Order: sequence, then C-alpha cells, then structure tokens
Amino acid sequence: MYLEGSPIADQRAPVGPIESRWDRRRFSARLVNPANRRNRSVIVVGTGLAGGAAAATLAELGYQVKSFCYQDSPRRAHSIAAQGGINAAKNYRNDGDSVHRLFYDTVKGGDFRSRESNVHRLAQISVEIIDQCVAQGVPFAREYGGLLDTRSFGGAQVSRTFYARGQTGQQLLLGAYQALERQISAGRVEMHPRTEMLDLIVVDDRARGIVVRDLVSGEVSTHFADAVVLATGGYGNVFHLSTNAKGCNTTAIWRAHRRGALFANPCFTQIHPTCIPISGDHQSKLTLMSESLRNDGRVWVPSNPLDTRAPNDIPEAERDYFLERMYPSFGNLVPRDIASRAAKNISDEKRGVYLDFADAIERLGALAVEQRYGNLFEMYQRITGDDPYKTPMRIYPAVHYTMGGLWVDYDLRSTIPGLFVIGEANFSDHGANRLGASALMQGLADGYFVLPGVIGDYLADAPFEAVDDSHPAVADTASEVRGRVKTLLAVNGDRTVESFHRELGRLMWDECGMERNEAGLRKALERIPELRDEFWQRVKVPGTGEQLNQELEKAGRVADFFELAELMCVDALHRAESCGGHFRSESQTPDGEALRDDANYSYVAAWEYTGVGQPPVLHKEELVFEHVTPSTRSYS
Amino acid sequence: MKLTLRIWRQSSATGRLVDYVLDDLSPDMSFLEALDVLNERLITSGQEPVAFDHDCREGICGMCGLMINGMAHGPEKATTACQLHLRHFRDGDVVTVEPWRAEPFPVVRDLVVDRSAFDRIVAAGGYISVPAGSAPDAHATPVPKPDADTAFEAAACIGCGACVAACPNGSGMLFTAAKATHLGVLPQGQPERYSRARDMVAEHDALGFGGCTNTGECTPACPKGIPLTTIARLNADLLRAHTTRSDR
Repeated sequence: MYLEGSPIADQRAPVGPIESRWDRRRFSARLVNPANRRNRSVIVVGTGLAGGAAAATLAELGYQVKSFCYQDSPRRAHSIAAQGGINAAKNYRNDGDSVHRLFYDTVKGGDFRSRESNVHRLAQISVEIIDQCVAQGVPFAREYGGLLDTRSFGGAQVSRTFYARGQTGQQLLLGAYQALERQISAGRVEMHPRTEMLDLIVVDDRARGIVVRDLVSGEVSTHFADAVVLATGGYGNVFHLSTNAKGCNTTAIWRAHRRGALFANPCFTQIHPTCIPISGDHQSKLTLMSESLRNDGRVWVPSNPLDTRAPNDIPEAERDYFLERMYPSFGNLVPRDIASRAAKNISDEKRGVYLDFADAIERLGALAVEQRYGNLFEMYQRITGDDPYKTPMRIYPAVHYTMGGLWVDYDLRSTIPGLFVIGEANFSDHGANRLGASALMQGLADGYFVLPGVIGDYLADAPFEAVDDSHPAVADTASEVRGRVKTLLAVNGDRTVESFHRELGRLMWDECGMERNEAGLRKALERIPELRDEFWQRVKVPGTGEQLNQELEKAGRVADFFELAELMCVDALHRAESCGGHFRSESQTPDGEALRDDANYSYVAAWEYTGVGQPPVLHKEELVFEHVTPSTRSYS
Repeated sequence: MKLTLRIWRQSSATGRLVDYVLDDLSPDMSFLEALDVLNERLITSGQEPVAFDHDCREGICGMCGLMINGMAHGPEKATTACQLHLRHFRDGDVVTVEPWRAEPFPVVRDLVVDRSAFDRIVAAGGYISVPAGSAPDAHATPVPKPDADTAFEAAACIGCGACVAACPNGSGMLFTAAKATHLGVLPQGQPERYSRARDMVAEHDALGFGGCTNTGECTPACPKGIPLTTIARLNADLLRAHTTRSDR
C-alpha cells in the first residue's frame, strides 16, 4: 500500500525559548534590499485571505508580483464565505486570554498533531492582524463605547473572536482585495482573473513558474518568476458535497505534489457540526450555519429517536441536550470534531439535530438575537423555508475544511525549493482539528506577515537564470497540460463529470468521512482506481478547448480529486489511531471518544508521489512537545 | 414541478432565447440547481451546457447574476439567484433567463458576463492606503457604533452587478457609492475620503457606466439592500472634492 522513506524535519524554526523564535528567525533570515526587490518576481496563485494578502504585501515591499485566480474577480475567493470570526489574543475582555493561552488552546484543539513553533507564531501574530484589518477599514462589530466587540468560539473559554456580523470572511477579504487593487493600480501586481493554474514548472530543481489556462479563450500559456506561492485553499470538494464553493479544487497543490512537493496529513479533514441538511438528490452544495450560533443556540434531539412530532411539540422533559449533558464545562461550545461526532452518534443524515434559540430569545429578546445572527437566520429561512425565530433549526454535520495540505517548513517552504504554500493549502498550524475562527487568522497571518517576513531569505539568491518556453522542462510541462486537455475532450463517453464526482464523493463520505475503519478504507482503495479508470474511459466533456468550457474545467479538477482520494484513504488507513477529525472506529475510549496513540503516531505523515496507482512513500516528521504536554483532550 | 426555462444562448456576437422544458423539478431546489439538472441533460444528449457564473452558492461571493423574468436575481427580495428556490415559482411557469445587460459588462458566453469594470473602479481609489505592518493598535481610535454599523451596511455589497443590470441608465453608482460610504464614514478612511470619491467616479464614468438620475431601481434589486442614501453621501463627497483644494 505504501513504502516508508527517510524521516524529514523542519530545519528552519529556531530552537530555544518559544516566545522569541519568530523574532530570531526574522533576524536570521536574509533580506533583499529595496532597490533589488524590483528585480525579484513572485507568482501568487489564489486570491483568498492568504493569497490576496500575500500578493498585496509583497508588492508593497517592492517585489514584482503576478496574481492568478479562477474566479472573474479576486474578490470572490471562497474566504469570502467565512461567517463567524477571527481569533486574536488581544485580551481586550480581561478574561484571562494571552498569546500563550491561544497557543495552548490551538495545540490542544488540534489534538496534539501540529507543530508548536508554528502555532506559537500564529498566536503572536494574531494581535497584529486585528490592528491591520481595522486600519484598512474592516467594519468589525463594536460596542457602544466605540471599542471592538468579541464573542466565543468552540474549544475556548475566553471571548477572543472578533467578527463582522455573520460576514467576517467577506469583510476581511475585501480588506485584502482592496489592498491588492491598490497595488494593481500602482502597476506592481499583474492580475490574471479567470485563469487556472494547471501545472507547476520546475527547472533545475527550483519552482520557476506555472502553466495556466485562460478560462475564457482556452489558451494555455506559461508564466515565470523567481518564486511561486500557492494559496489555493483546501480540498474538501473531494467529498462532492461540502461547504466549499463549487470551484474549490485540489489541482494546484496536487499538480505540485506530482512534481515533488510532499503532501502532509491528507486524511485530516474537518466536518462542521452545524450545516443545513441535504434536501434531495439535486443537492449541489451544503451551507454552513456559523459556529457562532452555538454561543446562544442549544443543540438537542428528541430523547426518543422514533419521535416524529414537530420540534415545538416535544416537551422539555423529552429533549436530550446531549452536548450539555456529555460536556458540561464546554457545553454547546465543544470543538467541531467532537460536536460533529456526537451528532452523528445520536442521530442520522435524515433526522439531523435541532439548534434551538427559544431560550436565547426569551433571555435576550428577539431583537438582540436578530442583531447577532439576523443574516444567518434569513439565510436559513431562504434555503429551508422555515423560520428559526419560531421553530428550531435542523442541522447536520458537513465537510468544511481540510487541515492537511502540502508540507511546509517554518518558512512556509514546500519540499520544492522556491515553492511556498500558504493558508489552507498547507498543513501547518491546525494539527488534526482546526478550532473555529482560526482559519481566517492563519490565512492572514501567512499572507500579511509570515511569508513577507521570510521570503527574502530565499529571494536573496535570486534573480535566477532566465527561463523561457524553449527550455525543455518548460516545453514538456506545457505540452503535458495541453495533452491532458485534449485527452479529456477526446474520451467523448457517456457519463457526465458530475455523475463521477457524486459517486466519488459518496464513497469518500461513507468510508473516509466522519468515522473510518480498516474494512471501509480497504474497500474505498479498491473502488477508487476502478472508478478512476472508468472516468478516463467514459467521461463526456462537450465543446472544445478553445472556449469558455466549464465542463472541461470541472473534468480536470475531478480527475485530480480521484488521485487525491486514494492518498487520503492510504493516509487514513495507515494512521491506526484516532485524533481530532480523524476518527478510526478501532481506536476509541470506552465512552466513544477519540483515542490517540502518541507512542506510535505522534508525527506528521508527509507523502511522496511515485505515480498514479503506485504506492506513495511515507516520510515522518516527529512532533516534539516542549510547552504543551499531550494529554487526552477533555471538554467535559 | 414543471418549468419552461427560456434561456439566452450566445457563443458569438449574437445570441437568442431557447426554450427548455424541465418537468421533474423539486420545489426545494435552488434556481441554479435547476440549471444543473438542465445541463446534465444537455450533456448526456450531446449538446453544450448553458454557461453561467456561480461559485459559493450561498449568496456571498457575488459570482452569480441572472436576469430572471426581467428582474435582477429574480423575484425574491434580498436574494441572489443561487439562494432563490423553486418554491417561489408556480408549476408550469415559463421563466426567462438572461445575462446582465449593460455596456460595461460584455457577454462572454450564454449567461456569463465580464464584470472586471468593477475591479477597475475599486483600483481607482476604493481602499485605505495602509501597507501591512504599519497599523496602530486596533483600539487606538474608537469608532462610534452607529458609524461602524453604517460602514458595515455599505460594506455588505457583494459586487454582483445587479444594480447596474436593474438601472435604466446602466449606472454603477450604487456599487461605487457603497464603497465610498463604507470607507468614508470610518475615521480610518478620512484622509483619502474626497479623492477616493472623485477618482472612483471618474473611473466609473470612463468605463462607460451611465450616470445616476435617482431612478431608484438599484436598491430594490440589490441582494444586500445597499441603501440609496449611499449615493447621496457619495454626491456630497464628490461636490466637496471638486469645490475644495485640488489635492483632496
């Protein structure tokens, strides 16, 4: 199934006191003087919080930047849909928060499968992010005194989440987008919307460019730079139905993986507990209901699973507020992996569980509830036709985020020199489970501060020897991309891309979803290659390659999901422990909680690509815990 | 339920409306899911699917935008096309689906238009100049809650272009005014307030958007309900920009 290779290690995080590691690394990293930055170029793929912030900031520093996104505008990247908020250890509430507590909560929330150095840096930078965003004009929620308001999120007992109603991601992204547009206008960023990266160009062992397809004209072309940054988000759409946007895909990071970048912890995926359930076979995506709702909403199921009465007809005594019962100290605000599994164990996809605001409305008044969650309630009503002010929301877990991604070191360098990976596309900070309101924090930390702080150390050796289309490595990569487009169009079979995607997604949800076991994963590992072969025999992609062809775009993405899916199952099967979002039914405590196996699995699994259908090679990065002692996570 | 979708198809300089009958739809489907069903059918029968823009399908990315029965995003108030559900139509309805129609938004294919003109308006000044790392502490400047709320209300714009599509003049003034208001009411946005208004409007006009004549079709069509008062605010800032020092 897989081979074991040599271990790897992060060579760039300084050792010694954790509080000063980031300062020391910034000092030891070489700089590029301002006059020389004009002669150094960087490609940034993706314009979400990480990519948008990185492209803008690198341009502010004076580098030549080329930015790419598949959407029609950089403002539409899926960070825009993040609802609830962004964590920062400001301790404005005086409630005991600190950089160390945010660090501690994040390492613990990730079930001790993340790197201490990275997480501590993230907690430190969190405070600067809020400053930066306020200065850009992000309209965070405020108190009557004019100061910033905060709320609580899962896995924390302090109130450190800054928010802009239920549209925090939108407001943060618009801040980054506006900074990016400012640089575009100044001529320091060349923007390429409706352009999709289809491969990475590696010359003499360095990432030197990308091959892209113009989604309007279909033209395949090459772009070169001294460094390439991937900020292309997560791969949750491998499950077909998820809270991701329809276009979210793995192609950029998967193609980089095929060119030599190691892929870390692909099986660490996050299932979000509060999403609107599936309404039928036509379902095209799932909609999240923000975790912030668990500040005031109470989660329950009928005590009798066979109870078919409408929720309002079920008396208080016949309701089971299972999260409050099982986890009295965190109650409804346990981390996502725990809430999701509890919901799965107590109910199913058809029935769902209730998220009830009756108590909150009685305690605070309908107006106060509307001010906090009004837009979420409206969204729920638009989709379901039910009014959550009157009847409890019906919710169920759905795929939301992927903690796994390309392996990076402390400088966010992948294993290909010159290829940097930031935001959700990398694996670095969330371990086996991400805490709510930490994705926005990580994306912006990487984009505004971490990458700009250390990329100079790599670019100090640039500019590298010029390359162009005549270089054999470039010509080969471009011709492979063109060949693949032609092949997809030439199959001309009888099944749609969507039907394959749906079948793959169902298989992954059943066998590699919220709960995994050996038999199921082995079954998936048999079925995925069969389905993949069928895809290449029977897929039907109409139209040509020289036009806007949305089916062709989708076909390329689904083809890559087929390869990734197999690696996810291999990773899930090899990790015979439960941790965070990865729950192996063979490894649980007597009361059904995740049972970690630190003696055997306290490492990052970084996988090397060896060919389609070939066994990948596992490289282990041992995790060292000097500041937070791994323990059984307890939220009860 | 059954619907006849009368859809604009265009792959060259001209296009036409084509009827498609779908008779096994569910009222719980979103409008875009009905288009998905149609496209699956077109592909399996060897025809080209209908191209339409969409991404998040939860009403926030601003990518989708369809004229549905002549109304931007369809008949429901404060709802994008992706969040419009078929339960708002009657069994047997004929529904006309067209792309946004406005000179600065040329049709790319079928229902897809090019809205990059909006990006250019923002690039002309729709930002606060604050390089990363240069910010003071977030609490250094308190912002009165009513101002923060006004800024948020305007900042909720998703840049979908419905305001332009709904406007008889093809004006992008609500979009422009939303950005000018968002940044112009915050203390952080004051230094560039008037130059921002001036530069964004100049770019708006240069791109071929029509002028605003206060027709008021935009706000009702806006899925986020951006108020018309933002335009009054923009006009006030614009007047000030042109009547005070030339560098403001």
